[in-house]
Amino acid sequence: MINFGYKISTPRSIDMDSADSRLYCQLVEAVPSYRYCIGCGGCTATCSAGQFTDFNIRKAHFLFSRRQYDKLASDTFTDTDLNKCMLCGKCSLVCPRGVNTRGLILQMRKLLLK
Amino acid sequence: MFSIFVIPFCLGVLALLVISVIKYYNWIKEFDRKQQTLIRKNILTWKFLPAIWEMFRECLLHWRITKHNALLGYMHRSLAFGWFLLIVVGFVQALVAYPNGHQFYVGIFFNYFEPHYPVSHSPALPFIANLMDALLLYVFSGLTLAIVKKFWSKPLGMKRTTRHNLTDRIAKAALWSIFPARLLAEGATSALYGNGGFLVVAMGRLMQAVGLTSTVLEYNLWTFYSLALGVFFTLMPFTRYMHIFTEVFLVYFRQLGLRDSDSKSGYTMFELSACSRCGICIDGCPINRELGVTDIQGVYLLQAIRNKDLRNRAESIANMCMVCGRCSAECPVGIDLEPVRRQVRTEYAKGIDHPEGFQYLKSLHHFNALGRVAYFGGCMSHLTPGITQAMEQIFQAAGQSYWFMDQEGSVCCGRPLLQQGLVRQAQALRDRNKSMLKKSNATMLVTSCPICYQSFTKDYRLDIPVMHHSQYIDMLLKNGKIKVERSDMRVTYHDPCELGRGCGVYDEPRHVVAATATLLPTQEEREKSLCCGFNLGNTSIDSEQQVLIRDAALRNLLEPNPDMIATACPMCKKAMTRANNTPVSDIAEIIANQLIEK
Ligand code: SF4
Ligand code: SF4
Ligand code: SF4
Ligand code: SF4
Repeated sequence: MINFGYKISTPRSIDMDSADSRLYCQLVEAVPSYRYCIGCGGCTATCSAGQFTDFNIRKAHFLFSRRQYDKLASDTFTDTDLNKCMLCGKCSLVCPRGVNTRGLILQMRKLLLK
Repeated sequence: MFSIFVIPFCLGVLALLVISVIKYYNWIKEFDRKQQTLIRKNILTWKFLPAIWEMFRECLLHWRITKHNALLGYMHRSLAFGWFLLIVVGFVQALVAYPNGHQFYVGIFFNYFEPHYPVSHSPALPFIANLMDALLLYVFSGLTLAIVKKFWSKPLGMKRTTRHNLTDRIAKAALWSIFPARLLAEGATSALYGNGGFLVVAMGRLMQAVGLTSTVLEYNLWTFYSLALGVFFTLMPFTRYMHIFTEVFLVYFRQLGLRDSDSKSGYTMFELSACSRCGICIDGCPINRELGVTDIQGVYLLQAIRNKDLRNRAESIANMCMVCGRCSAECPVGIDLEPVRRQVRTEYAKGIDHPEGFQYLKSLHHFNALGRVAYFGGCMSHLTPGITQAMEQIFQAAGQSYWFMDQEGSVCCGRPLLQQGLVRQAQALRDRNKSMLKKSNATMLVTSCPICYQSFTKDYRLDIPVMHHSQYIDMLLKNGKIKVERSDMRVTYHDPCELGRGCGVYDEPRHVVAATATLLPTQEEREKSLCCGFNLGNTSIDSEQQVLIRDAALRNLLEPNPDMIATACPMCKKAMTRANNTPVSDIAEIIANQLIEK
């Protein structure tokens, strides 16, 4: 193929019909307030761990809601490694939607073990 | 002296003894090394003296319950102390009547044996008989209250009482029938021989009047009494009544300095069965009061750990709690529920406790704070910059050089992780902060967050003094380093859970407030203060529920109609500021506003 200097990016859309929603449903059941998340990123902006690293809590829970669990689980030492979280609670306090983010983080970690 | 009917009683006592000894032996074996060392170190010291006093005060007189509610205390006291005296005086009675020796059960069935085998006719006997009857009456008064409480618990200061399981209820039925059975049996004997004190003789007369005079009936009633005792004693080690003896041990171990550790130990086992399931921990709990969840309180946590069938509920019970500490503060047995809860959380968090996540902390650099006060704002204070600014102002006014340790970004103290049972991760954060403090050569640590304060004082083992800013400001005011102007503001003070019940700091923040404003008392304060609802101990409830708990705390604080609410925790401040029109300030901010510049 002739190289025109362009790239075709792989589509990032998720086919919800074939995605495995079991873990996500369990997560929402355990932390009902996660349904209110609007993805504003307030949590990431204030994150204590985010001040020292590229840790991105919004991206992490966003991956979970996109059912990309494998990405989240295998991503150790990356920007969505949930073990970087100090559970300090700043994200819960700034969240404009009242999402219980600490519960979310702990539950994601527990669910990803399964 | 023997009669067949004493056998159930004797078997019951034997079963109780054997099972208790086995249980206690196994638990003592399970003490961890630290607990064993403490026992060895302290067992031969004078510490048994306060232990005996506390045993007498708490296991028999139930002093702490009495402070909670006088009537409830009376109920527990009359059953415990009354029965204890019945047994002791019963033995004295047998000793006086049979000075040449007797079987151990004679004291229990004294009236039966006494008309058959009289030996001594000491003039003390009629007096003791009347005393025994008075004691029986005393026990009956407690029993009546216990029955009233079952159906109508309010007068005894309890809105909710504990739900018990089947074995507990059988044992309770046996216990409750012991004393009426005793009176009936003694009455039947008295109907035949006219012996006994005032109560028993009256009972005997009554039975005579209705024609209940027969040796068969007498014998059967004594058998029933012995059976009730036998059943109760046999079931005792398997029911909540095991608390009767266990509390005695627990008091002793506590006086020897033993405390619960990070994982389940023998001491935990003693705590588990020292719980009398009195249910006092239920009413004050904010999860019960505001959310109506009535099955997660201390009593049910301990039950779920003890009872294998309920074990699968232990995780959700432990997680549902705010760790506000109200239940431990009210528990009359003095069970420290927080470590027990944390043990459960730790057990269920084993798989996710990965300290490797904190590799990134290694690359952070250290600072030098030679000879200065280190100031640790804490994560939450970064969301309430008013507090850190006020503290900087105060340091400057006092002429104190300081090092704002987490100005650039805070490494959490580790307590939030610890509370969730992530022990190793918490340790990683502590190690980091500790080495930073060490290298800094700071001579004192001041923190604005009660969560950090509790962590630094209890979990870090630092070799420099640690102060919460309320204590630090109080000190500055006392030795005149800073001066404040008085204002005519009327202020109520909110005790943060972690500072008050967590660390026992109640007075210093009050002194600080009172130095510049008029402090108004509230209904529920100090040990009884209400959680602001946002305590980091809980990750199970959502913000709607947090808000309900907070509103209850606010109602209490706003009731005296203050101009301002003061608190000493950035978290409480943040939680309460959002909700109401009355301004909420940290005590540091109040003081910074009133500073008189030198
Ligand atoms: S701050 Fe709240 S709403 Fe915004 S992305 Fe984070 S969790 Fe979602
Ligand atoms: S709790 Fe975790 S994710 Fe939330 S702000 Fe703190 S470190 Fe970041
Ligand atoms: S934990 Fe304490 S307050 Fe609660 S039921 Fe047991 S003894 Fe009573
Ligand atoms: S610590 Fe507080 S929330 Fe938890 S059970 Fe005790 S009273 Fe309830």
